[in-house]
Amino acid sequence: MATPHSVIGTQNKKGQTYTDPWKLLHEAPRTPSFFTGSEVIKEAVRRSSCDVMIAYPITPQSEAAALIGELFAEGYIGDYFRGESEFAVMSQCAGAAFGGARVFTTTAGPGTMRAMENFPMWAGARLPIQMIVTCRGINSPLSIQPDTLEIAYLLNTGMLVWHAETAQDFFDWILKGYMVSEEPDVHLPLALCCDGFFVTHTKDVVNLTPADMCLPPYDPYRSPVPCMDMECPPVRMMRDPFVMKSNYISYATHASWQQEIWAAIERSRKHSIHWLNGLIDTENVDADILIVASGTAVSQGREAIRLLEEEGVRCGLVKVKTLRPWPEEEIREATKNAKHIFVPEFNVTGWLAKEIRATIPNPHRVHAGPHVCGGMTMPPEIIVSEIKTALGMKSFSLAGRGS
Amino acid sequence: MSEYRVLPGPEHFLPPAAASMGIQLPNPGEAHINGVIASEDKAYEEAARQFLMAKVPTIFPGPLVLWAWNEKAAKKATAIRHLYNTLKDCVQPGQKAMLIPMPDYRPKYPKINPEVEINPNHPNLTIWHNKIDCCMFVGVHCHQANLSLKIIRGGTSCYTIAMCAQAGHEDAMLSFRDASVEKIMKLADTIKRLKGTVQPRLETAKNGASS
Repeated sequence: MATPHSVIGTQNKKGQTYTDPWKLLHEAPRTPSFFTGSEVIKEAVRRSSCDVMIAYPITPQSEAAALIGELFAEGYIGDYFRGESEFAVMSQCAGAAFGGARVFTTTAGPGTMRAMENFPMWAGARLPIQMIVTCRGINSPLSIQPDTLEIAYLLNTGMLVWHAETAQDFFDWILKGYMVSEEPDVHLPLALCCDGFFVTHTKDVVNLTPADMCLPPYDPYRSPVPCMDMECPPVRMMRDPFVMKSNYISYATHASWQQEIWAAIERSRKHSIHWLNGLIDTENVDADILIVASGTAVSQGREAIRLLEEEGVRCGLVKVKTLRPWPEEEIREATKNAKHIFVPEFNVTGWLAKEIRATIPNPHRVHAGPHVCGGMTMPPEIIVSEIKTALGMKSFSLAGRGS
Repeated sequence: MSEYRVLPGPEHFLPPAAASMGIQLPNPGEAHINGVIASEDKAYEEAARQFLMAKVPTIFPGPLVLWAWNEKAAKKATAIRHLYNTLKDCVQPGQKAMLIPMPDYRPKYPKINPEVEINPNHPNLTIWHNKIDCCMFVGVHCHQANLSLKIIRGGTSCYTIAMCAQAGHEDAMLSFRDASVEKIMKLADTIKRLKGTVQPRLETAKNGASS
């Protein structure tokens, strides 16, 4: 049996060289390329030594599933097929991962919701599947525009949940995601989210690693549960779950099992910090006013900060990169001096603001907003307006423009 | 650093996962004792001391070393047998070293035979039945080991050691990581070296692990 490290320096059937992941991501030359986010997903998967990709490619939110089909045709992926629904896709992903494959899939919006039953099952079965979530609206009336409400539903599934801001994040984090989620002490699925359309359909300059270098393959024998053993949990649990036995021991075992999933998320903290250079990024957190955001709300926040600076208002920024593991200590430390904390979000419920309020002392400092949803854009001016209004400064109404 | 310590129980109706209490796994070349990072040398000494103090020191080998699925596993199994024989030779009259396998993880209801095996879904039954007050997991898949270690900590007073081939176990009271034949042999050597220098707690452990 070849271990991943023993193959480094050798070539796969496409002539790509299996490369030490740290060197691939930090030392290999990078080529600036002008791609859409969906094309960037394809390029990251090309370098991921992915065994199986299962697609439900009708979603208009991202072309990634179809583009990865091209990779299969080119011979970069071991197997590729379509499921008959999102639920089927996620179940088939589980089957492939149970069999010891490195698995990749994508979903968005209503598809995420339809497949939801599978995500806690993936986590409970310790399957390190990577799923790209190109967030879009989930409720009727349907929308293909970005809306991050579906992330709120993923937060308690037991999956790792990361939220990318840019296509560059996406490229790097797809590769880094496998490195974190496949650690034997973690070994959990990863929902790598982005704000659909903004990231998937727009073009950006992304620095790509060489196409002839790729990650070492997944080694299923490092899994914390037996690989494809039909007689043992977790596979056996699919047909003989603890819940079928009504006694204290079976409940206690199930409880211990659930705790272990969340313990694994905690263990991912160390690895995520190593690969992502911290769970958050910060700028000027000594300022009285902070914007704390994830996804493309970070980009809008950054622009709002520039506009505020022109008016003499100093504002800092916290970019939240991982939602699970939740950067509790980091956010507490970064916000300790802030008098006002603004949390702009692309969803109606403000789930990120709720998480932050539950994390920090004096949560009245958190201003949950501005919010947009249903696919609306978030002009930096409305963030500026929200901040100025809270500070008692005069602010114009963007909605009134043109009247 | 977390103030939580991973100590023998019975800790709680449902004890927390140590990781959720802020306990971190050791880095390569390190171990942990009670959730505090320690040198491997210190861990060998402490593990040997706990084995020699126990009334019923027990090794629980799991499927990864019970089956000769590769050459390394077979060599590890031989080393574990050597560790058990060393332990047997080094304990004093009144102490009873045991080797009880965890052959698989299948849920076995209404209960397993605790005379012959341990099961991750109800490991406490084997601990209680045999009055085991110190045990070492080796060759058990990490998820199943953590499952067991938490249940043992919750309902028994047994001291738990993990000889883990991967990243270690914060739910054990003492854990090695990257277990190898050399590490297992070094533990056996340490037990041999400390033979006769450690006072067994025969009186205090007269009734074995508490229920």
